[in-house]
Amino acid sequence: MKNDMTNKEYNEYIKTKTPNSKIFSNCAKAFLIGGIICVIGQCLMWLYEKWGLDKESAGTCASITLIFFGALLTGLDIYPKIAKFAGAGTIVPITGFANSVVSPALEAKTEGMVLGVGAKIFTIAGPVILYGIFASAIAGTVYWIISLF
Amino acid sequence: MIFLKAFIVGGLICTVGQILIDKTKLTPARILVTFVVLGVFLQLLRVYEPLVNFAGAGATVPLTGFGYNLCKGAAKAVSEQGFLGIFTGGFTSSAGGIAAALIFGFLVSVIFRSKPKK
Repeated sequence: MKNDMTNKEYNEYIKTKTPNSKIFSNCAKAFLIGGIICVIGQCLMWLYEKWGLDKESAGTCASITLIFFGALLTGLDIYPKIAKFAGAGTIVPITGFANSVVSPALEAKTEGMVLGVGAKIFTIAGPVILYGIFASAIAGTVYWIISLF
Repeated sequence: MIFLKAFIVGGLICTVGQILIDKTKLTPARILVTFVVLGVFLQLLRVYEPLVNFAGAGATVPLTGFGYNLCKGAAKAVSEQGFLGIFTGGFTSSAGGIAAALIFGFLVSVIFRSKPKK
């Protein structure tokens, strides 16, 4: 192998050598863990509905419960270990959102409570909320225009 | 039966995320943003609601479900408040989730210490 490869050539070279099965096994793991987290969510919804909450409230409570456990397991350093195995299976569910809120805040603790924890808690939550709310405003505008006719 | 559907649909949505990570090198933060925005627009096209009816938590637990909720909130607020609803809808429907993430996130940050990375 030549030593004077550019980064791009090297990446291409790696791509030809990396077996596709790696992606396949990553996907299988993401499918499994992501699916399990959703089943837990479904169990929680079922439980809350059984306790007399309406469908919408039960869904919100299930989300809040998952967020609680996502945050707690991040604090206990368990969630990052599952994430190492499951990749997107732990990022895409709402527990991954909780994880992304907690982990930068936790790391910034030494920088103080205001500009450390207070600011860094929004490192990933900030963009998610910004673009989510902006998209909802676009949707709202569409609904509003439709309602005019 | 709903549990099996939740497992399969939820798993598939996460698999899409995994393919995006492996094939495009999107960072997790971008995946989160992309999925939320995607959920909003899929619901705007009325595609996401049928999926929620079919798979329950399999469609609401992934972050696309968060986007779906934002869009539903916008629709409800606009139908009740008109123009003002464009501004109030998103936060109204996502209040529980955002507040929970901030409250629990803060408590965990106060109680626990960051573990050294290996």
